[in-house]
Amino acid sequence: MDFATALQIFDSTLRLATPLLLACLAGLYSERAGIFDIGLEGKMLAAAFYSAAIAAVSGSVWTGFLAGVCASMFLSLIHGLASISLRGNQLISGVAINFLAAGITVVVGQSWFELGGRTPPLEGAARFQPIDLPFASTIEVIPVFGPLYSQVLSGNTILVYVALLAVPVTWYVLFRTRFGLRLRAVGENPAAVDTAGISVIRLRYSAVLICGLLCGIAGAYLATGLAAGFVKEMSAGRGFIALAALIFAKWRPWQALWACLLFGLLEAIGNRYQNIEIGTFVVPGQFMQALPYILTVIILAGFIGKAIPPRAGGQPYVKER
Amino acid sequence: MEAMPRWADIILVPLINLLLALIASGLVVLYIGENPFEAMRIMVNGAVGSAYGWGYTLYYATNFIFTGLAVAVAFHARLFNIGGEGQAALGGLGVALVCLALPWPHWSLALPAAVIGGSLFGAAWAAVPAYLQAKRGSHIVITTIMFNFIASALLVYLLVNVLKMPGQMSPETARFVEGARLPSAHDWFAWAGFRKSAPLNVSFFVALICCLLVYILIWRTKLGYEIRAFGHSEPAAVYAGINPVRITMITMLISGGLAGLMGVNAVMGEAERLVVDSVQGAGFVGIAVALMGRSHPFGVLLAALLFGMLYQGGGELEYEMKAVSRELVVVIQAMVILFTGALDNIVRMPMERMFLKLRKGQA
Repeated sequence: MDFATALQIFDSTLRLATPLLLACLAGLYSERAGIFDIGLEGKMLAAAFYSAAIAAVSGSVWTGFLAGVCASMFLSLIHGLASISLRGNQLISGVAINFLAAGITVVVGQSWFELGGRTPPLEGAARFQPIDLPFASTIEVIPVFGPLYSQVLSGNTILVYVALLAVPVTWYVLFRTRFGLRLRAVGENPAAVDTAGISVIRLRYSAVLICGLLCGIAGAYLATGLAAGFVKEMSAGRGFIALAALIFAKWRPWQALWACLLFGLLEAIGNRYQNIEIGTFVVPGQFMQALPYILTVIILAGFIGKAIPPRAGGQPYVKER
Repeated sequence: MEAMPRWADIILVPLINLLLALIASGLVVLYIGENPFEAMRIMVNGAVGSAYGWGYTLYYATNFIFTGLAVAVAFHARLFNIGGEGQAALGGLGVALVCLALPWPHWSLALPAAVIGGSLFGAAWAAVPAYLQAKRGSHIVITTIMFNFIASALLVYLLVNVLKMPGQMSPETARFVEGARLPSAHDWFAWAGFRKSAPLNVSFFVALICCLLVYILIWRTKLGYEIRAFGHSEPAAVYAGINPVRITMITMLISGGLAGLMGVNAVMGEAERLVVDSVQGAGFVGIAVALMGRSHPFGVLLAALLFGMLYQGGGELEYEMKAVSRELVVVIQAMVILFTGALDNIVRMPMERMFLKLRKGQA
């Protein structure tokens, strides 16, 4: 493999890692606050559909973006209502949200556009356009670093940079602010937070809404940045890979970035090569697709460092009476 | 004392939940500008209005009984098995391998062998998540989700590289021998109007037998008692001398085996060959079925019939109302899971309050 091919693979790695990273950070906020969320996939899908549909109708990508984020946050509110206020089962609620999104995107899409669940292809201002970072062309001449900067990092859509920026922001919010401390505390020991006079309900709702916001951005990126329009089931398990990355990263933001880049790299390699030959041994493409899931099971099994979820995760909080 | 009488708990609340789910789905139909009552009429008519419809409705219901029982058995031990999809896919593989292994002379010999093959493969696929949950505390929901994806990658690999007929383009196995063909509804009940194309077959009776066996297991055996005790309270069960590792393993193996049996219906009974994605989401429908049926085999049977009707009716709906796609079924399914599973307390809490008030009035 030469340097030019490597650059192309890194470039698509970054693009493919972006939706994973946004969804993974979304899950991070929610699960750190003690709300399990296996509905990341559904929220992404709903956001992808509404952002593409509204962008196609209005011709403006930002109007679409707003609609996508709203759709995702609406589903988040349902999840919050079910798991915080009504103390229902968070896992079941997540499953329901995944199906709701899978169904409603096609039903509404078919009725609006009659294209078999697709939206019309997006062009021009209805899509996020690549942005050239400053000095991209000037420093391209510097060996190795130059091309990496100008060809891999530069020339992506704005949401890629939003995703990358979200990592330090998340780290700062969670580990350097009062809100972050409380959010983490509510995922470990909500009773203690309640005793300190802080509303568990409000904290958990804000975490769930942040999760909806980030999933919304992830979905909008899928349909209006990565692709040019919505296709049925276009999230294709990315919400679950993000969940896997979250466990892989042991619920920490910087590690989430590395995990998502790793899984993005696997996908990029899998897209480029059908089978990979290592000596006489041939690795089938399907193995590459399954690798993120296999790695996550190994991590969960605790053979390579133990992944311990937030202690109060999945349990509804009942105030002492 | 319970807050609600038993009949309210097991009949009234689920019915109100179902009604809410249907109303919410009706609102979705309204949202896309169609008449929900007309849609409902077409679906019911398409599902149960003719022998043709029944031939499909009961076929789908058979799949959902297997996957629904799988989820229900695990629920009794408070294990949430989302892996029905993968376990059923592997079960289909087991059934296909059995059917292709020997030149079966008659279906009555092939069927028991396929039942064993399907359930063994399904159980084996559930065994790893079960072991990791029991021994290493890995969350079974996450591991079973991961195993669904691993299963689908594995099956694509096997079908493309190993099991595909030489010289054939599509990734599917050879057609099973004639002796492995299960009697269909047309063979036995042609007088009732079942056509040759109806996929309903003898596996329906296997599913009914499984309902009965699960009932006996859960409520009439020592093992079933241990499973339920473990589900109610793990510390209490351990204190009573019940081994948590053993119960987790056995429950999940039974659950995976039941999901794997779906292959008998879908692979052996209908397709008569193994194709990519033989499960088609039935593993997930099992979750809705188990929730709706309150994890009771009889409830699962009724809920599976309901979902069989939905799936068949949804197909008809797509023909008759051009603006509505069959994914409306997925929306209804989501609403049922949402209202009977996650938003259950929206009905339960006010109902409990109402019954408490009524009782106070009497006293």
